[in-house]
Amino acid sequence: MAQGSSTEAFVEFERVQKSYDGEKLVVKDLNLSLPKGEFLTMLGPSGSGKTTCLMMLAGFETATHGEIRLDGKSINNIPPHKRGIGMVFQNYALFPHMTVGENLSFPLEVRKLGKSEREQKITRALDMVQMGEFKNRRPTQLSGGQQQRIALARALVFEPELVLMDEPLGALDKQLRETLQFEITELAHRLGITVVYVTHDQTEALTMSDRVAVFDDGRIQQLAPPDELYEKPQNSFVAQFIGENNTLEGVVEKIDATSCLVRLDDGEVIDALPVNVSKVGERTRVSIRPERVESNLERLHPDAHTLPATVQEFIYMGDTFRTRLKVAGRDDFIMKTRNAPDQPRLKPGEQIRIGWLAEDCRALDA
Amino acid sequence: MTHSATTPPEQPMAALPGGEVTEGPMLAADGTPLKASLKRALRREKLRALLLISPLLIFILVAFVGPIADMLFRSVENQIVSETLPRTVAALRAEDTPEGEVPDEEVFAQLYTDLVIAEEYKIHTRLGSRLNYEMTGVSSLFRSTGRDVGRFDTDIYTDQFVEAAPALEDPANWVAWMEEEAVREALPLTADAWDEWVTLTVEENEDDPLEEDVPDFVFTTLYRDLTAGATPPDAFPDVDVSGFETVSIKALFEDSDEDWMDPQLWQLIETYSPEYTDGYFLNAVDMMNGPDGEAQFRPDDQRIYLKLFWRTMWMSMVITFSCILLGYPIAYLLSTLPLRSANVLMILVLLPFWTSLLVRTSAWKVLLQQQGVINDTLVWLGLVDNFNRLQLINNITGTVIAMTHILLPFMILPLYSVMKTIPPSYVRAAKSMGANDWTAFWRVWFPLSVPGIGAGSILVFILSIGYYITPEIVGGTEGVFISNRIAYHISSSLNWGLAAALGSILLALVLVLYWLYDRIVGIDNVKLGG
Repeated sequence: MAQGSSTEAFVEFERVQKSYDGEKLVVKDLNLSLPKGEFLTMLGPSGSGKTTCLMMLAGFETATHGEIRLDGKSINNIPPHKRGIGMVFQNYALFPHMTVGENLSFPLEVRKLGKSEREQKITRALDMVQMGEFKNRRPTQLSGGQQQRIALARALVFEPELVLMDEPLGALDKQLRETLQFEITELAHRLGITVVYVTHDQTEALTMSDRVAVFDDGRIQQLAPPDELYEKPQNSFVAQFIGENNTLEGVVEKIDATSCLVRLDDGEVIDALPVNVSKVGERTRVSIRPERVESNLERLHPDAHTLPATVQEFIYMGDTFRTRLKVAGRDDFIMKTRNAPDQPRLKPGEQIRIGWLAEDCRALDA
Repeated sequence: MTHSATTPPEQPMAALPGGEVTEGPMLAADGTPLKASLKRALRREKLRALLLISPLLIFILVAFVGPIADMLFRSVENQIVSETLPRTVAALRAEDTPEGEVPDEEVFAQLYTDLVIAEEYKIHTRLGSRLNYEMTGVSSLFRSTGRDVGRFDTDIYTDQFVEAAPALEDPANWVAWMEEEAVREALPLTADAWDEWVTLTVEENEDDPLEEDVPDFVFTTLYRDLTAGATPPDAFPDVDVSGFETVSIKALFEDSDEDWMDPQLWQLIETYSPEYTDGYFLNAVDMMNGPDGEAQFRPDDQRIYLKLFWRTMWMSMVITFSCILLGYPIAYLLSTLPLRSANVLMILVLLPFWTSLLVRTSAWKVLLQQQGVINDTLVWLGLVDNFNRLQLINNITGTVIAMTHILLPFMILPLYSVMKTIPPSYVRAAKSMGANDWTAFWRVWFPLSVPGIGAGSILVFILSIGYYITPEIVGGTEGVFISNRIAYHISSSLNWGLAAALGSILLALVLVLYWLYDRIVGIDNVKLGG
């Protein structure tokens, strides 16, 4: 974890609600707190309320209800320009009528810093993003990646403790995005700044963040570090939204603290880990990651329940094999296996049996 | 044909038959220069493009460019003097009369011939009114002398010639003589006058010269030829003119009108005798050709155009500025409102466009007059005394108010289309960096909207500098523009040359302003949209 981080809340949302039209809540009862130095990503489909949250934090939207605190002080009634929060926008928002240097000078000028101090800070900020030689260029003369670097430098030049980023890499191509993802996290950790990052790209969220808040329907569905989010989704939305996922539906037949049996709709019984189910007879949706599906039954517990499956399609992907199976009446069940010498290459139509460890199969809400 | 225009990509250099690669112009596969091949390949497309624009091009050339060029040409064209009085002009030039003096008999004799012919063609009054632009009284001078010139006492020459040689009375003889080259050479003035008369008789009066009397002016020129020492060949009757009774043509002109003895008149004729003149342009800037031939300003009481140009300019600036002042906030609001409300507001902005200009201007007449709605309201509110109602129309105020209203959409539309393209994230970015509302607006939003102001200003200024209808209706006498004066010269005074000169100056002024604007603001910074 980055230096200067502490468990004390630096940014806090408490029971925040937001409505634009007085009829529908865009953000419903948001509670969130993050310590200093954390890189938090708000991830979610469009319309899930994540950008609204960011804008409320920046001060461009006002919360309809609830309180937002920064460093212990309520900022509900502080105008955006007095919050001292750096911000990076998706379209860079570099002022086209100013040079790169003037763009960076802007936040320092409004803070009435002296010329020499300004120059010093501008140079430092530009060097930080390896753009020192572009000081006298116009933003329009730069490529997208360069512009976003400048935007980043501009958000950092006045040394804010909190920086908000609104899908900053959304307009860039894949390769550049990956480079910049790394650069941004590296920079954020090195400077010890707190970052709230909004994206709808789950890879970005998983690779960059200390913690990810998955938004849907105006609520945080799960707030967890990336690995936990992927491996232990709390509900079926998160399981579906993060990574690839197989879903089977059924009814809880037997349940104890660490495992349960689920009878699928076609009568087969499987092992699962109870997450969102508590009693027998409850409908559930179980989620299994494709790479956790096992076709070599010797690797499973001898008592484990297995399922019959028909191979629909076998896709060779180089390092992995991707097999589409028909399981329990659904033909979109994916099994991902490593390309190893002992791994059989299946043919369509082949009948196999599959199974998994009970803890890899999470019984979630229906 | 087009296949030859492509070069295989693996042959970046021209390949010579020997296979060696050489520097130089790129060649196509068949050895022709690549540029030529490309040109040939693109020719079809260009022709097609030309064909598509040709109807409009022809229409514009015929209906617009041509007439305008012709109109502008009138501002320097001045053939009327040399065409109406060709002999007089030639004589004036040959004689070189000292300044401030009236020319002598010779010039008057030519003027006599010219005027008789001009009077027959009825073109002397046109010349009179043309010269009247420069000097009042010339029009009536030409008209009255034109009436007299046919009754000049030059018939004494006719009588004496016919008495001395009766053959001279018969036009048929003249026709025969004038066919002989020797006669024409010996009597150049007479031959010229005769030809002119024959043409006139045949073409203008549609008569047969053989049935007409040989006119007095032909005998007069014959007398002048002979006294000048001409010796006609034997075929022509030999007449001794030394004993002839003579008459001074100069005196005849003086009898007709004393103004002919005014040296200024002759100065004027000489000044305007060239085929092209700067007179209209000088007039358009309140100057004139002085007696010494140098351009000089007119007397104070005759100067109007410079003042009018100046007034047109500054009133246009005031109108442009008012449009910015009123239009900018509206455009700002339009660009920040949600689309639905913006559209409603936009319709309100565009509404005036769908109403006739004349109706809108007339409406202002109703509103602004002293017994009008605005004055009534002000009186009712007690802000204005009933007996001191505001003079809001038929003056500069009226023109400025009405034109600001009429031209406002031309400011709002470019402003709006530029402002709409400014992403709201710019202002947000500025605020997130610590700029308050005003700083964010002034340092970020406003500079980005300047191209819109530029486009709107250029549009409004250029439109208003040439505006006619509105100033005409609400401007009274002090609130009119230069275009109203141009219209006056086109339709009332018929001084088209001056109108053309004023128009040319106005055009040049707009171009100069445009150039200045380009230098200062940069025309690339002007955006009408996108």
